[in-house]
Amino acid sequence: MTLHSAEPHVPVFTGDTKARLEALATKYPTRQALLLPALWMIQEARGWVSPDAILEVAGELGVTPAYVRGVISFYTMYHTHPVGRHFIQVCTTSPCNICGAEGVVEAFLEHSGCGELGATSPDGRFTVIEVECLGACAFATPVLIDDDFIESVTPEGVPAILARYP
Amino acid sequence: MGYPHPIHPKETPVLSTHFGDVEARSYAGWVARGGYAALRMALEMTPEAIVDQVKASGLRGRGGAGFPTGMKWSFMPKEDGRPHYLCCNADESEPGTFKDREILRWTPHALIEGCAIGALAIRAETTYIFIRGEYTEPYHILQAAVDEAYAAGALGANAFGSGKRIEMIVHRGAGAYICGEETALMNAIEGRRGNPRIKPPFPAVSGLFGQPTTINNVETLAAVPHILVRGAAWYAGLSLSSPKSTGTKLISVCGHVQRPGTYEITMGLSMQELIFDICGGMRPGRTLKAVIPGGSSVPIMTPDEVMDCATDYEGIAAKGSLLGSGGMIVMDDTTDMVYQIMRLARFYAHESCAQCTNCREGTAWTTRILERILRGEGKASDLDLLLDLADNMTGKTICVLSDSCATQVVSGIKKFRGEFDAYLSGAKAPALAEV
Amino acid sequence: MTTEMVSVTIEGLPVSVPKGTSIIEAAKRAGVMVPHYCYHPSLPSPAVCRMCLVEIEKFPKLVPACVTPIVDGQVIHVHSPAARKAREGVLEFLLINHPLDCPVCDQAGECELQDFVFQEGQAASRYGDYPKRYNPVEDFGPDILYVANRCILCTRCVRFMDHVTETPVLNVSERGDRAYIGIDPSAVLDHPWSGNVVDLCPVGSLVSKDFLHKARAWDLDKTASICPGCTQGCNIMVDTRDDMVVRLRPRANLEVNRHFVCDTGRADYRWMNRGDRCETPMVAEAGKLRAVEWPDALRRLADLVAAASGPVVMLVGGRASSESLGWLRTLLDGRALTAAMKVPIGPEAPIGAIPNLALRAERAANLGGAELLSVSGDWTLAVAAAASASLVVVLDVELDNAEAAQVASAGTVVHLATVADPRLGVPTLLLPVTTMVEEQGVYVNRDGRAQRFLPARPAPGMAWPAWRVAAEAWALLADGREAPATASEAFGALAPFAGMSHRDLGLTGRVVTAGVAR
Repeated sequence: MTLHSAEPHVPVFTGDTKARLEALATKYPTRQALLLPALWMIQEARGWVSPDAILEVAGELGVTPAYVRGVISFYTMYHTHPVGRHFIQVCTTSPCNICGAEGVVEAFLEHSGCGELGATSPDGRFTVIEVECLGACAFATPVLIDDDFIESVTPEGVPAILARYP
Repeated sequence: MGYPHPIHPKETPVLSTHFGDVEARSYAGWVARGGYAALRMALEMTPEAIVDQVKASGLRGRGGAGFPTGMKWSFMPKEDGRPHYLCCNADESEPGTFKDREILRWTPHALIEGCAIGALAIRAETTYIFIRGEYTEPYHILQAAVDEAYAAGALGANAFGSGKRIEMIVHRGAGAYICGEETALMNAIEGRRGNPRIKPPFPAVSGLFGQPTTINNVETLAAVPHILVRGAAWYAGLSLSSPKSTGTKLISVCGHVQRPGTYEITMGLSMQELIFDICGGMRPGRTLKAVIPGGSSVPIMTPDEVMDCATDYEGIAAKGSLLGSGGMIVMDDTTDMVYQIMRLARFYAHESCAQCTNCREGTAWTTRILERILRGEGKASDLDLLLDLADNMTGKTICVLSDSCATQVVSGIKKFRGEFDAYLSGAKAPALAEV
Repeated sequence: MTTEMVSVTIEGLPVSVPKGTSIIEAAKRAGVMVPHYCYHPSLPSPAVCRMCLVEIEKFPKLVPACVTPIVDGQVIHVHSPAARKAREGVLEFLLINHPLDCPVCDQAGECELQDFVFQEGQAASRYGDYPKRYNPVEDFGPDILYVANRCILCTRCVRFMDHVTETPVLNVSERGDRAYIGIDPSAVLDHPWSGNVVDLCPVGSLVSKDFLHKARAWDLDKTASICPGCTQGCNIMVDTRDDMVVRLRPRANLEVNRHFVCDTGRADYRWMNRGDRCETPMVAEAGKLRAVEWPDALRRLADLVAAASGPVVMLVGGRASSESLGWLRTLLDGRALTAAMKVPIGPEAPIGAIPNLALRAERAANLGGAELLSVSGDWTLAVAAAASASLVVVLDVELDNAEAAQVASAGTVVHLATVADPRLGVPTLLLPVTTMVEEQGVYVNRDGRAQRFLPARPAPGMAWPAWRVAAEAWALLADGREAPATASEAFGALAPFAGMSHRDLGLTGRVVTAGVAR
């Protein structure tokens, strides 16, 4: 799937970001090893990794775009298409599952307006997905919203949480 | 400290002493709590002397494999002129396991110090701490702590003026359980897909960037400063059951207990005391049904097995399961075992890297069969089919992800067959809607 | 330096191989084939398909034969119950998402999944009526379609592009049973050697658009041959159906092309099927061509040669066999002869990581033979000399307009032709000859390797191999001469190949000279 943007791509790796990338390059013996950190930099800057950004990072690191795509598609946290302003990940693996995680997912889907997993709400505010174990099983149900790791979420508490994310 | 609960008398706080203490996060706070004394000691020791101390302590890998740490370090070549690497496995994605998270967010300097000492022991100048992408809060805390340690001179080209170089880089993962496998972890650092590698060659021979490498778990490395400061004999003496299981273990208890959390116990404490005393036992009116003691990749234990079990490597092995990572999932009588086994199979199917045929297809097929059983459409032959698939998924792949999926299926059918039969016979109503 | 050898027993057969050899290669030496998909001798081994798991006595687990080196004294079982069950399991896993496409899949009949399932798989599926994973067909580029549903993720194609062509345009995308082979949306699979992924693919996932739905594998006759495209001399297999060439594929030769052939060579077979062939010997009479029998034509040819008192020019095309070149030259011996081969020049395209393997700039298959047999003079000078020559002999060349005009202006032209050329007007003699797919012959490649090609289809009409035309005419020129009866005799009678027969070359050829420097 190719998403064409009408505007030309504004490079990510300029100025401070480029300086950060090059500073990081001194800590690894290969340029290829910068790929995961570079993809995080792109996602922090733009919210997702666009086809143009893939071409840009491929050029920066001396790898092919196909290679970059193969790596991106392996990991779940890089978005290759725009998502809602706030990306909501709810853990539903067994330890949280037996503590009501599926109810929490339902609550997020209902109150966010998304309706179904992976879809973005009509107002562009939220996207909700299920994820595997987030590593906070004693604090069921944990939820990751953007970079905020929220513990012990219950269905009743969902509206108040969503209200914090305009 | 049984974070987030007050410390229980039956706990042995060593690594967890400062969980919940915000002051412990900073370099100054850590030094005030005795931190970095061990690193200063280690900088005066030879690598062999450090390795010998860790060997004598009986410390075993706390990530799941339980391999003796000192022995693992001794596999590294000595003076071979090649760059050596230490990788710290902070990928912690095994369902039910959340103990490393507490170390990372409360006592990051404990880990930094442990990594530094480990690096000295294996003659590595560079350590990469691979932290899972979802651990956003611990990542920021850890990165800030690393920056502080550099600023304070504990890390860098001339650690504490010793002339020795200790570099430490935090490398963020991006969402893949399989990157907790040591060779997949190395691939993720190298900027590749997180595929496990075939062994041999072993990491100590050809690992990260093709160089000799050792990979250790967070908890393992965090124990090392204590061993140096308080002595290997002290650590080896912390053992309530099997002499081959020494020291303390962080157990992350979750599921249907009153007080889920991360607790620290001396190796060998009974599982009964852990669950019923320290964690407060079952919720009111509920009875224990099953425990998965070491993260979702180990066999399920029944209450009989649990009530008569020492919490250490040998004790749990004697009951047919494994201590593993120490992620203890406690399930009471409200739990639908078939549903949870399906949910774990679905986890493995989602996380399979896709290299090996048996895993790629087997985890998905296993999940589908279990979903069908839960929809009330299962066939009597499905259980034998599941067991045969489990056999085809065991001992035949590059890594043990497919073995882990098979383990759950096999122990589930063996110990909770009645629940499967209830779905098959229609005695229990379907738990999943028709597709 | 002697190589250390180790001895093991495989399926009860003792075998001794160099230390470090993998079990799968050691088994080949013993004559035992270990079923496999992802392993390939020209690619690095990832050991992912898990088909090659074998049992070593006293080992707790099965081991992948493709990456496990043998250790002296091991007793290895490929067909023990445990190994068979493991393979049966892998095959079952591969089939659960593999569509039942055999009736419409090009690979049927030459499909390694069919072969091993038939040999060792289960008779019935236990998968039931679950839906299979679906991915759409992808157009990867000029000739290659990726039928994603059939893919078994052996990753041979990805490794070929990564490690052999050194252009990583393919990847494995996604994870788990959602994985498929991806290509960057802005890229196409147009590397000059990319067609090899179709042969590497064990199933019908990567298919050639050129061959799509053209023929069934079991309808094909397969003939060993040599690519007639350039001086590399890649070994090929010519696949024919009802005597029409439908496909060219690489044939393994570790000394020349390993397992590969370039896309240019692969595609260049349509001329082999031309129907507008010269089929009868013809003589010019009153400005028109009249058909004659061979004895008559040969007599006339011999007379023309005998009567040629001035300069003689011999112009040949790059596909002429060594036998034809040598005997034509022999026929014209004793004259003031200028002999040259037309060598079109095109861009060179190395494969990448394999040394000494490229589509060569010199697009003439037998330039090596021409050099050995003194038929490699300067082409431009030879063409220029044609206008004033007493006899011009043209052997199966694609002339451009200027060259044709030069030749046509010569007084006496003998055209040994596969296809007539109207620009040459009415040649004195027009004699039908076979192409290299219709005769036995030898090409000598740029490294001096003499390699045989065999006939894949019958000669049209009355066409003869050019060497036979020349040799029979030569025999008429003096008493006591006898033309060679077979191509092999014709070969061995030529000085550079003295004493050799075709059989001596085998099917992988033999170096006969050090290769001529250029």
